[in-house]
Amino acid sequence: MSVLKTVGLTKKFGDFAALDGVDIEVGEGEVYGFIGPNGAGKSTTIRVLLGILKATEGQAAIFGKDAWKDAVEIHKRVAYVPGDVNLWPNLTGGEVIDLFIKLRGGNNESRREELIRRFDLDPSKKCRTYSKGNRQKVALVAALASDADLYILDEPTSGLDPLMERVFQECIKEAKAEGKSILLSSHILSEVEKLCDKVAIIRQGKIIETGTLKELRHLTGTMLLVETKEPMPRLHEVKGVRGIEQKDGALSFQVDQEELDNVVRYVSGFGIVRMESAPPTLEELFMRHYEGTGTGGAV
Amino acid sequence: MNQHYFSGTGSLSRFILRRDRIRIPIWIFSFVFATVVIAVAFIGLYENAQERQAIAATMENPAMTAMVGPGYGLDNYTAGAMMAHQMLLMTAVVVGLMSVLLVIRHTRTDEEEGRIEMVRSLPVGRLSNVTATLTVLFLVNIVLAVLTGIGLYALNIESMDLEGSLLYGTALGATGMVFASATAVFAQLSHNARSAMGLSIGFLLAAYLVRAIGDVSSEAIAWLSPLGWIVRSEVYVNNVWWPVLLTVGAAIVLGGLAMYLNSIRDLGAGFLPARAGKVHASPLLLSPLGLALRLQRTGFIAWAIGMYVLGASYGSVMGDMESFFADVDLMQDLLVPMEGFSLAEQFVPTLMAVMTIIGTIPVLMAILKVKGEEKNGRIEHVLGRAVSRNRLLGSYLLISLIASFVMISLAGLGLGTVADATMEEGFDVAMALQAALAYLPAVWVMIGLTVLLIGWLPKFTGFIWLYLAFSFFVVYLGSLFQLPEWVEKITPFGYVSAIPIEQFDWTQAIGLTVVAVGLIVIGFAGYNKRDIGK
Repeated sequence: MSVLKTVGLTKKFGDFAALDGVDIEVGEGEVYGFIGPNGAGKSTTIRVLLGILKATEGQAAIFGKDAWKDAVEIHKRVAYVPGDVNLWPNLTGGEVIDLFIKLRGGNNESRREELIRRFDLDPSKKCRTYSKGNRQKVALVAALASDADLYILDEPTSGLDPLMERVFQECIKEAKAEGKSILLSSHILSEVEKLCDKVAIIRQGKIIETGTLKELRHLTGTMLLVETKEPMPRLHEVKGVRGIEQKDGALSFQVDQEELDNVVRYVSGFGIVRMESAPPTLEELFMRHYEGTGTGGAV
Repeated sequence: MNQHYFSGTGSLSRFILRRDRIRIPIWIFSFVFATVVIAVAFIGLYENAQERQAIAATMENPAMTAMVGPGYGLDNYTAGAMMAHQMLLMTAVVVGLMSVLLVIRHTRTDEEEGRIEMVRSLPVGRLSNVTATLTVLFLVNIVLAVLTGIGLYALNIESMDLEGSLLYGTALGATGMVFASATAVFAQLSHNARSAMGLSIGFLLAAYLVRAIGDVSSEAIAWLSPLGWIVRSEVYVNNVWWPVLLTVGAAIVLGGLAMYLNSIRDLGAGFLPARAGKVHASPLLLSPLGLALRLQRTGFIAWAIGMYVLGASYGSVMGDMESFFADVDLMQDLLVPMEGFSLAEQFVPTLMAVMTIIGTIPVLMAILKVKGEEKNGRIEHVLGRAVSRNRLLGSYLLISLIASFVMISLAGLGLGTVADATMEEGFDVAMALQAALAYLPAVWVMIGLTVLLIGWLPKFTGFIWLYLAFSFFVVYLGSLFQLPEWVEKITPFGYVSAIPIEQFDWTQAIGLTVVAVGLIVIGFAGYNKRDIGK
């Protein structure tokens, strides 16, 4: 059974459709990456899922309950970290963490202390003195210290240093090992690559691609780097070859999965000196979708 | 060395003037305009020496001395003397407040927001910002002094000569300067804008209180406060300049101190130790209600004290009411004596109306806080957890309702207890409290309207302040301008029984309460249906 599911989710602000038929589904125990450029609708989707915004059309359900009507019931089992953490300047980080844990219900003192230590946070400071990264730590500690079944994280690491990013990734892996489900909106591709089982790419309010990372890679094909004895003047005419580039006397290009066999046959006719193959980097994959061209890789 | 410390001061001064090109003229214009208008009003209010002499008698009252400073020239209470005696100190306090706000804005707030850091990364001296701020503030106060002086003299009133008028303006300007410099010092001492602001306003209030105590008990104490100096300038009677010049001297010394402190501290640091905060939240904080209370605690307490003091200051003059009314024609037009009630008692309902409308300000602030939290993006933290919208809005509503009871009771009690203590014949405290509480249902309607706006028209919540201002205008000036009766009936404050001269009208009170409940219920329905956003 899916933990979180939206069907045809649409949100309009006046005439502007911030979300236009968004379908996402997070299964139990899954880490679901939610990626897209700024203003694509990631935060809007999350805020509809939290029952803070009301959907214009479509359904949003968490644990099989309606995200708008049963918000309070749902939130007892959800932990949320907003992308832009704004806290009360005259409360300390420790006070805010306690408040957040209490408002959700439940209390795990040792877990709180452990997380504060791991994230290296000074809870006795007033929030006004915290940097963006430290405010984010407060929200992360409060979310991770609660024993939730679903974690909704909106760009949770955008202000963290690399060391803290790693702590965060460890925490997410631990949560996953405990069978928790996670919706992770992010910009950091290496993070998504390390953590996520599935990915949805959103652009201008529409989901343009979903699937496992393997499936998405499959869509783009393989990167080949080939050095041959004789030059290959007509390589660009071979079916399934894209994005040819000159690199240290060799040629690098992308090959569609179904044409791989033909291309390798063609290339071998010129006497292979060196040949390397690699899956396309996620960056190439995302750049293609972010730019919205849909044709050709990074040419 | 100059380069090292003061480079770019001129450009920064111009930049401050550019940033405040609207703010500063509004402040200056308001002071000059208010001063001139009040001077004219004083002339109109007391037409002859006999009327003024009657007021002079009431100025012997220690309560008046505590409020406006020691009386002078009372045996020949000219219009000028009266105006300067009763208005100079009050106006000076507000000028001081202007200086505090402007200085904090350009020193500690800019520092906290990281803007000073950017400025300091440019070829700008260490002291340039604080020097530029003080330069602008001194300039503002000098302009204020000259314009006020000229404005008063231009009225061409016999007892307001040129020297006195200029001294009046200079006294205001000097006060502004000394509090600007003091604030600049506090901005170096504390770590953040909020505590620098707290210290500066605390200093202003302390200066007022120390002077009040000194003026009533011993003059030596009054000399401890800069406000004690300027009231001794005896404007329009003896025109004593040196206390005012002393104030300017103090401003320069304090300004130098601020610069010295600024030169020896790190950016972002302060001299007062920053206390480590709590690692754990107290159990009282751990609910939406606890959070809402905590966020408003300081303001709530300050307003509560303020309401009692407001009531007490009206109460302190109750005893003089009779002689006051007997001698002033205009007041007799306002208030027709009624059988069976003293003039003081007759005046109670009007005072209560004014105090309740002022007391409605913190009440509405309490409920509007939920809107402010939404705008700052902090409501998500609460609603994103297991908290319903009803519980959230209900918490703020509860605080607002408690505030309505506390603020209004304190105003009534302040008036009643102090009047009872100062009047020979005593004063009925219970009656004062009843007269105040009679206004509660009207305040609830204001709360209801605010909840309605928050629920359905969150962008237009500011309109409630316009409506409150309108209500104030109608209640306070309605009888003076002889507005038609129906105008009074478009504000909830027009449906309140005027205790003690009227019986308490249960139908009206219940009617207002029902309307308030209805508005609140509709408001909650809207709040449950709408998007929460920035």
